[in-house]
Amino acid sequence: MATILAVDDSASMRQMVTFTLKGAGFDVIEAGDGQEALEKAKGANIDLVLSDVNMPVMDGIELVKNLRTLPDYKFTPILMLTTESAGDKKSEGKEAGATGWLVKPFNPDQLLATIKKVMG
Amino acid sequence: MSVDLSQFHQVFFEESNEGLDIMEAALLELDPDNLDSERIDEIFRAAHSIKGGSGTFGFQQIADFTHVVETLLDLIRSDQFKILAEHVDLFLRSVDCLRTMVTQSEQGEECETELSNSLKSEFEDILNGRESGASAETQNGGEVDANDGQSDGARGWQIFFRPSTDILRTGNESVRMFRELAELGDLEVDVDASDVPQLDDIEADACYLAWNISLFGEATKEQVDEVFEWVVDDSELTIEAIDIGGVGLAEASSSNTSEDATSSAKPAPVVAEFAPSQVVAEKPQTTAAKAEPKAKREAKAESASIRVGTDKVDSLINMVGELVITQSMLGELGRNFTVDKLPRLMEGLEQLNNHTRELQESVMRIRMLPISFAFSRFPRLVHDTSKQLGKHVELELMGEQTELDKTVMERIGDPLVHLVRNSLDHGIESPEARVAAGKDEMGKITLNAFHQGGNIMIQIIDDGAGLNRDRILEKAIDNGLVKASDNLSDEQIYDLIFKPGFSTAAEITDISGRGVGMDVVRRNIQELNGSVEVESQSGKGSTFTIRLPLTLAILDGQLIRVGSDVFIFPLVSIVESIQSYDQMIHRVSSGCEVLRLRDEYVPIVRLWDIFSIKPDSEKLEDGLLVVVEGDNMKIAVLVDDLLAQQQVVIKSLQENYRSVDGISGATILGDGTVSLILDIGGLIKLSGVSRAEYKKHVNEDDSAAA
Repeated sequence: MATILAVDDSASMRQMVTFTLKGAGFDVIEAGDGQEALEKAKGANIDLVLSDVNMPVMDGIELVKNLRTLPDYKFTPILMLTTESAGDKKSEGKEAGATGWLVKPFNPDQLLATIKKVMG
Repeated sequence: MSVDLSQFHQVFFEESNEGLDIMEAALLELDPDNLDSERIDEIFRAAHSIKGGSGTFGFQQIADFTHVVETLLDLIRSDQFKILAEHVDLFLRSVDCLRTMVTQSEQGEECETELSNSLKSEFEDILNGRESGASAETQNGGEVDANDGQSDGARGWQIFFRPSTDILRTGNESVRMFRELAELGDLEVDVDASDVPQLDDIEADACYLAWNISLFGEATKEQVDEVFEWVVDDSELTIEAIDIGGVGLAEASSSNTSEDATSSAKPAPVVAEFAPSQVVAEKPQTTAAKAEPKAKREAKAESASIRVGTDKVDSLINMVGELVITQSMLGELGRNFTVDKLPRLMEGLEQLNNHTRELQESVMRIRMLPISFAFSRFPRLVHDTSKQLGKHVELELMGEQTELDKTVMERIGDPLVHLVRNSLDHGIESPEARVAAGKDEMGKITLNAFHQGGNIMIQIIDDGAGLNRDRILEKAIDNGLVKASDNLSDEQIYDLIFKPGFSTAAEITDISGRGVGMDVVRRNIQELNGSVEVESQSGKGSTFTIRLPLTLAILDGQLIRVGSDVFIFPLVSIVESIQSYDQMIHRVSSGCEVLRLRDEYVPIVRLWDIFSIKPDSEKLEDGLLVVVEGDNMKIAVLVDDLLAQQQVVIKSLQENYRSVDGISGATILGDGTVSLILDIGGLIKLSGVSRAEYKKHVNEDDSAAA
């Protein structure tokens, strides 16, 4: 089964994402910031990364840049969870190497639909 | 799949409150003239998370409000807006407003919108004043939408797609997009490989292909756009409606009209006719939709949760593991026990004892939180209140990591606020008065917490004028609390401020005169089995010291015996215990007996009488009198004997049986018997020696004696 790395500094969002994904049969690894995510990503075989943008310690943009330097994560889909107000973050994320984005607020169905888009 | 989002609400509320605390603390430390970008980031991130969460979990009003807050913060963050002191104030008021909204949502109530709307328009005024181009932008967006709508009726789309060579490096794949398009209709894809370079020049992870795609079917432009949403910016992409002859077009336009009849094609008068009925039809729908989630939320509102550090949980699991090992060892011993194994049995029991105690301590620690949770609101409170009073006050927090039971923490908040307000209002002098007294213009209030014995001590220290001994005494005599002839020590006089019906403020001020006196503060603290005292030095300041038990689950008790029953008094409520002599007992007119204890008259309560049990002796002189205080009055309780003092674990009677007057709970003693913990306030009510009555008798008695 596919493994998804869910990164968000907000515990409630993380819980919601994890619960939804697990319900859909995915394995989920959680991380509370970019640094933690990067460390967890190194040891694991991850098929998709879902990351918030605004986080303490290491933000989502930095996380993407760092992940793309790792051979294992060169082509891994990475989706940014962003808000509509942070329009410039989308292009910043793209430049850093993110695959796409999902605009907050989203509901579980939208989340799954977007994941289906990249995971097929 | 449907997910019940309400299960995440509690976490969201906690997280939001934490975020608001962070925002508030950072705002208070913010210096508009010398902006610390990390602080701003911190504030922005907190607002951002609250907005994201509230939107996701359906708290739209919170999300809408946070949106404007966040927008301005974002401008400040990116140096596009200069923050002034007045903006800091606006943000602080927004934090308050959000806190209210979160609490209301948590309690399943509708969010109050009056304040948030007025704050929102303040933000909007600031934002609009800055960028007047905003309205043009939205209009533009509207036009684009209209265009899209028109082309919706097409029978298919001709797409040319040349992605950037980097597309694969962002984890995107054209094949995936084609698969998605194929779900929208029949798909024909032609590859254009003309740009593929010589083999030597090919980079393995670059994409050199382009595609001509024909999509047939009812798909809308939005659906097609969405497929390319993530790559449109750096790709060459054209999407054109397929023209497949007159028949197709006519069909498309006719279906278009029938679908959108009400909204676009009809002339104006018809729309006007339509409008009222639509409104009427919609209204009940919206109210019904509102009522439903509200009811749902109400049901979930009660279950509070607690955040526990993983180290605490780990140590707990560790402890349970140890306990299990000991248990299996003892079990093994018990199965084939012989006398020569006695030492091992003793050793095992000793271990069991240790582990149980450690487990108990670990469990207690779970409920413990650092007092910084209670202290965190004071920087703001002192900031706002001192400004309001025109005083300069700095606040010092000490011992913030001192841990305290969560329940105690929740209930000590209000008394603390009252005491700090009191110090700000009555303790700290105005800057002029301070300078005149040769003090620094800046006053200082210190909140200090520390452990002492099995208690936690919280001190509120101010370097103000100190309590005015003479005025307190004068006021107390006026109010009939004491007599002019009473010879009182300074401590006794200072203690008078905690008596009911006492207030020295000549006029009730907005700050501390909120209809609550210090007597309420003391009563609230006593309800937590704690005490509060004041020390004061004229001209130098006052110190209020609150003593609280670490937890409400364990009580320091004094065991007493009446006949064959053992009861427990909370140790903090005991003033003294005495052997009575006949000359100390006075019988007042209504047949009620009082104990003359130095200058006080204390009504005597016979425990055996109240609980209808058989004592060793019914005579006063055979027993002991335990003078206890509760509900701001003292009573002397007749008991047969005083036994040990010990810590007892409180079990709720209400949960295990039902509530009983005069009893606050029960505990299990070392020998396995159940013992009841006495509730002083309840005893006073049961015995019928209400304060007014007793005072009347004493006064009558006094005047009779005179």
